[in-house]
Amino acid sequence: MEIQGNIHSIETCGTVDGPGIRFVVFLQGCPMRCLYCHNPDTWETGENKKISVDEILKQYDGVKEFAKGGITVTGGEPLMQIDFVTELFKAAKEKNINTALDTSGILFNPKDTTAIDILMNYTDIVLLDIKHIDDEEHKKLTGHSNKNILKFARYLSDKNIPIWLRHVVVPTITYNKEYLIKLGQFMAKLKNIKALDVLSYHNMAIPKYNELGIKYPLENIPPLTKDEALTAREYILQGLNDSLN
Amino acid sequence: MLETQETSKIYSDVPFVEGKWCNEINVRDFIQRNYTPYEGDSSFLAAPTDATKKLWNECLNLFEQERANGGVLDMDTQIISTITSHGAGYIDKNLEKIVGLQTDKPLKRSLQPFGGIRMAQTSCKSYGYEVDPEVTEIFTKYRKTHNQGVFDVYTPEMRAARHAGILTGLPDAYGRGRIIGDYRRVALYGIDRLIEDKKEQHASVHGTMTTDKIQLKEELAEQIRALEEMKELGNIYGFDISQPARNAKEAVQWLYFGYLCAVKEQNGAAMSIGRTSTFLDIYIERDLKSGIITESEAQELIDHFIMKLRLVKFARTPEYNSLFSGDPTWVTESIGGMGVDGRTLVTKNSFRYLHTLENLGTAPEPNLTVLWSTRLPDNFKHYAAHISITTSSIQYENDDMMRVTHGDDYAIACCVSSMVVGKEMQFFGARANLAKCLLYAINGGVDEKLKEQVGPKYRPITSEYLDYDEVMEKYESMLDWLSWLYTNTLNVIHYMHDKYCYERAQMALHDRDVKRYFATGIAGLSVVADSLSAIKYAKVKTIRDENGIVVDYEVEGDYPKYGNNDDRVDSIAVDIVHKFMNMIRTHNTYRDSIPTMSILTITSNVVYGKKTGNTPDGRKAGIPLAPGANPMHGRDKNGAVASLASVAKLPFKDAQDGISNTFSIIPNALGKDEVFMGDLSVNFDPGCCSGNSDDFVFISKSKEQ
Repeated sequence: MEIQGNIHSIETCGTVDGPGIRFVVFLQGCPMRCLYCHNPDTWETGENKKISVDEILKQYDGVKEFAKGGITVTGGEPLMQIDFVTELFKAAKEKNINTALDTSGILFNPKDTTAIDILMNYTDIVLLDIKHIDDEEHKKLTGHSNKNILKFARYLSDKNIPIWLRHVVVPTITYNKEYLIKLGQFMAKLKNIKALDVLSYHNMAIPKYNELGIKYPLENIPPLTKDEALTAREYILQGLNDSLN
Repeated sequence: MLETQETSKIYSDVPFVEGKWCNEINVRDFIQRNYTPYEGDSSFLAAPTDATKKLWNECLNLFEQERANGGVLDMDTQIISTITSHGAGYIDKNLEKIVGLQTDKPLKRSLQPFGGIRMAQTSCKSYGYEVDPEVTEIFTKYRKTHNQGVFDVYTPEMRAARHAGILTGLPDAYGRGRIIGDYRRVALYGIDRLIEDKKEQHASVHGTMTTDKIQLKEELAEQIRALEEMKELGNIYGFDISQPARNAKEAVQWLYFGYLCAVKEQNGAAMSIGRTSTFLDIYIERDLKSGIITESEAQELIDHFIMKLRLVKFARTPEYNSLFSGDPTWVTESIGGMGVDGRTLVTKNSFRYLHTLENLGTAPEPNLTVLWSTRLPDNFKHYAAHISITTSSIQYENDDMMRVTHGDDYAIACCVSSMVVGKEMQFFGARANLAKCLLYAINGGVDEKLKEQVGPKYRPITSEYLDYDEVMEKYESMLDWLSWLYTNTLNVIHYMHDKYCYERAQMALHDRDVKRYFATGIAGLSVVADSLSAIKYAKVKTIRDENGIVVDYEVEGDYPKYGNNDDRVDSIAVDIVHKFMNMIRTHNTYRDSIPTMSILTITSNVVYGKKTGNTPDGRKAGIPLAPGANPMHGRDKNGAVASLASVAKLPFKDAQDGISNTFSIIPNALGKDEVFMGDLSVNFDPGCCSGNSDDFVFISKSKEQ
């Protein structure tokens, strides 16, 4: 039987998830529970909306004149459905469509990279979202260790897969000079970073939480201002440059 | 008047490149031979001058007073507005580089009873004014109005359709508007030359005097009269506009006088200005090169001109304002576009017009409309995008599509109606409510809200569940009736408008033989498409009142919804547009005008929704119809591109008067801001790099395509 993806939704005018205007597929299900998550409606792994690779490519075909950037798969955590994503990207590459994978890297298993090796053959760019550079803080923020995530970054570097490094900066959690410098130092070890995407924490997801009946964990934390975002970026670059020098 | 400075000259010696425009009225030829395309960036633009700032502040104060005064600052109740009815009026005479007001005071609304005396009275009354009894008497007893003419001829069926709201917003009590005079002609030729030309035209109408010829000849005589008065208006403000403008300041002033005559005589639904920026650039560019003005002075002229356009106001009723969600004048100016020879029509002045939004702050009027082509210069695209992001005040229209039909000297009237300036006009026809028509098809012509027989007494649908083929068959019959009634109603309206409220000033700035469009419109397209889709792909149960009239619907199951790039339903929308347009085409139109159609509403869809009962798509009575060709709110689930792709399928040839899609987006959703660092060009491998921060070359990808 043809493989089916379990998706949350499709956005045909994605402008922030990779280069150009992109066709963004949001997959359903995520093992992480990041405190600042703005898509809590994609957490549950239960069946939502089934869709085939052909159907996605057909829909993309209908808008490709405008969404010229290509296809981004995000979520949820797309690697929970790695077989489906692999099939999709394989079919996309056959049509010469640019493919971007937006992942936390949480499911990376350094001991067995068979499946991810295959997927990377069809992936043009990885949008790697490092939630926290400090392992203990990462656990507090997401409920998981970041060890394999950082290993995944090195794995991508070794394979020379282009990375957009993303980092959500949250006041009191990641808006912290020491951690940001550390993140920059880590970046310096990677040779394939094409962009640094500092994402400002916002609380626009609160209505979604209310609708789902989930308590919003960061109620008292204000959104990050643009100036703070620029400062955060400077700290990361500082760490990066210090390491390079 | 022109300030003469000691030694500096005020007129350039540089002659314009001559051509056909010298021997005939042909503004386009003048532009093509003399304009300077501009592909540079916006860095040349000048900040507002002190005079501009001061003057605009005075305007802002006036707007504030107007608001505080309940929406109107002052109204004329005695003087009937004509081209020469008022003496000169100023905001602050010493500061104004471009002068001329509709009345003797800024924001004082003029009295225009030719469209209908009742409308004039109601407008005044609703703001606490009373039309002078003598004026009322004249326009009741002695001088017939457009409105009176229309109601003399309306059939009971037309009145019922109007009352029920299956025909909506008809221009039978107010000025039809949507006519653009070629105001540039005043600057290029001067009034005397235009009169000479019109006299020749007048003489050219002779031989057997058919009704058509009599009408044309009388109209040409009226046009000549209007031109004479235009000249007089110039005199009132101390200018002799009988001759061509000799410098940039005169060109802007002459052109504005032309426009001022139009708004002094017509309270039109849309009083658009045309395509003036590149034309005026020719004069500005010449004066800049000859050292007669500076960039700052050039910008000041444009700022003051735009300021005047922002002050254009009409006396209107609260009902009118609620239909259009405000007090719009639709002073649309079309900017940019590409020429048929491949050169861009963007000039420095195109930038200056957009720059007024920075110098004066944002404003809905004039409605600055960029004629968008994929081939526009990148710098202009970036500047327009920048202004859009910072002011949300630019409208975009597809030049690549319209240029095919209209060439490269067309402009937009109102929001989407394209017409060649000075050569084409339209008879504005408001809208037929196709959603309501579907309900009539189901109920055999009985209005679902009034419970009265409004449409023809065709056999209604009696089954509990709606059958697609049966509904479609009945719908087509009902659409056919509606197209017939609608066309005839418009024929009556435009006959009477020409007769009692003719736009002589605007038509004086047109060719003799204009191409006339008969501009119909439709409302409720997405409701119709979704309703038919629900009937076809889900199950729709009818709910009837005690008299068997269907008053509500229950949709069982899901169905494809318009706005998701799904051909199953999008094809229904395309089909309805095509069919209805073809039905309109079968009927006779006033003055053999060419039928067109628009799928356009920006705000009036709210009122149309109020007049439309429950619909088979599950929409409840009173809920607004979607604007224009938009999908119904919240039903487009796959993002903007899929939504727009559905709209883009609608055939332009069947909706040549324009297709609108109202689209809001928060700037952050348009892409990354400068926090993002893309295109990091350094190899990050520490083994081969000893860079410092200066090596990190990056660009801000604020709007990467």
